[in-house]
Amino acid sequence: MALIEARSLVKTYRMGDQVVQALNDVSLDIAEGEFVAIMGASGSGKSTLMNILGCLDRPSSGTLRLAGEEVEALDGDALASIRNRRIGFVFQQFNLLPRTSALDNVELPMVYAGIKPAERRKRALAALQRVGLGERAQHTPAELSGGQQQRVAIARALVNQPSLILADEPTGALDTQTSDDIMRLLAGLNAQGMTIVMVTHEADIALWASRRIVFRDGHIVEDRPQPPHRVAEAAAA
Amino acid sequence: MNLLTACLSALRALATNWLRSMLTMLGIIIGVAAVITMIAIGGGAQQRVEEQMKSLGTNVMLVLPGAQTTGGVRLGAQTGQTLTEEDALAIAAEVPEVQATAPSLRTGVQVVAANANWSTAALGTTADYLEVRDWPLASGRNFEPAEQAGSGKVVLLGQTVARELFGDADPIDQMIRVRKLPLQVIGVLSQKGQNSMGQDQDDVILVPLSTYRNRIQGMSAGRIKRVGAISVKVREGQSMAEAGEKIRELLRQRHRLQSGADDDFSIRNLTEMLQAQEESSRVMAMLLAAVAGVSLVVGGIGIMNIMLVSVTERTREIGLRMAVGARSRDILGQFLIEAVTMSLVGGAIGIVLGMLATWGIGSLAGWQVLLSAESILLAVGFSAMVGVFFGFYPARRAAALLPIQALRHE
Repeated sequence: MALIEARSLVKTYRMGDQVVQALNDVSLDIAEGEFVAIMGASGSGKSTLMNILGCLDRPSSGTLRLAGEEVEALDGDALASIRNRRIGFVFQQFNLLPRTSALDNVELPMVYAGIKPAERRKRALAALQRVGLGERAQHTPAELSGGQQQRVAIARALVNQPSLILADEPTGALDTQTSDDIMRLLAGLNAQGMTIVMVTHEADIALWASRRIVFRDGHIVEDRPQPPHRVAEAAAA
Repeated sequence: MNLLTACLSALRALATNWLRSMLTMLGIIIGVAAVITMIAIGGGAQQRVEEQMKSLGTNVMLVLPGAQTTGGVRLGAQTGQTLTEEDALAIAAEVPEVQATAPSLRTGVQVVAANANWSTAALGTTADYLEVRDWPLASGRNFEPAEQAGSGKVVLLGQTVARELFGDADPIDQMIRVRKLPLQVIGVLSQKGQNSMGQDQDDVILVPLSTYRNRIQGMSAGRIKRVGAISVKVREGQSMAEAGEKIRELLRQRHRLQSGADDDFSIRNLTEMLQAQEESSRVMAMLLAAVAGVSLVVGGIGIMNIMLVSVTERTREIGLRMAVGARSRDILGQFLIEAVTMSLVGGAIGIVLGMLATWGIGSLAGWQVLLSAESILLAVGFSAMVGVFFGFYPARRAAALLPIQALRHE
């Protein structure tokens, strides 16, 4: 059974009197342990797909199963619970709470999962150590570099032990050197078995993935495995 | 998310914008302080009236002689001498609502003790006067029947007179002189305080009516039974108006007034006057509190305004919280708790300020104030309600955001 089973997903938006078809009959299976890069020009539908996969948005029609669970019948609270348990998000703009320590930022998903404070602290520290920021736990985002902020965001995505990490342009706001560090971290997580779906429009970032899907005008125009030629390097790191 | 975590994060959110939070809370602070101070002032005024009511005695009426007309010239109230001791006895005997009556005559006198003297009022009356006025003795005894009948040379002192003449010494069995008449002090009245006009009611001496008439006044042999006033105490639970009407009928009959002729006396219902005063002070207190309450509502609108701004500003934060698993009710709770925390902190500061203001007004302006626990509870409850009421709309707006729209908000 695939981790993600999407069948005939359609998403239409109404912009004034125009109807925009952001997704047009998209079917997709993603297995556990895959590292998928989704590419395409802006407006091609890749972000819409990410939002639907992340249970942040609902498809206009079609079905989506996440780890065997039918998603589109669920109400808002149940979707919140799925996001909380199953999915870790990494955003282009990091989306950390300002004036809040890295540790507290990482604890946030566990607060909504109802985990006790002592346990939260322990697990948040472990997650920060996993991304190499163990000794910066008390720093606020303003005191961290872009790359470090994205690491905090990755630690936050990991902390509830999700089945899936959705990364939306994770390196879009970072320089090349830092981008490589972040991709190495993600590839390392993938090597440890984490399923990752990443949206990017940079071809060299997409090279880190083991499968590449290209979108154009709401359709998948290309979907092929690729040799993850830098994974060996990442695993070594 | 449990309540403690939510309160802590609310406090942190308020602290990050502390100047804005303070200014927002100012409305609540002023409102709560105003409510507490106004209720304290209103309560003080009411308490004052109640004390006067108590000092007057309950259910007391005063019958006074009416105007005298001499050759077409009307001389005003109390110039006539139409009331007699017999009138007082008749009222007590024939009006069933009446518990006791006390006729009295009054004049200003100079009293002299061993080495002190004092100008005060001498009141000639009967032993029942103390019952009518609810005025117990602090020490000593009341007039004996023999003293009342036989012009006994005895006197009861008011607290002020006792203090002026004897200081801290015990006046009982001491002698004082009034217009060269030696009188033995047999009792001291308890403290009565000021009346509603601000007069010191303790500045008085009481002598038996016969003593007053025969030995102090020493005149008007022809009108020997005339009195200056009759104090009437109506029984508990009886209608003052009804008793007043019966007294009027009785006196008209006794004075042989033709139907159509004016009364030659007047009846004053002092309790009713004070009740009216109490009622008006209560209305005043409620008005003051209502005006203060308006400022609380205005403060609440300030909170709503700032919470709406805050929701807009923090839309991305809301989106992120939703993305990592916050349900709508978590977001609703977060913003509601922030609003309530703000109004409660404001309320707490307002209580301190209100208590200070109450104390300041009480001691600087010299007004009687009454700080009650109820008014503080009321203010706290009201400010929490303001927080919930005015925080709910912004919080619901935050909770109703769609995660994807909140997250993509610029």
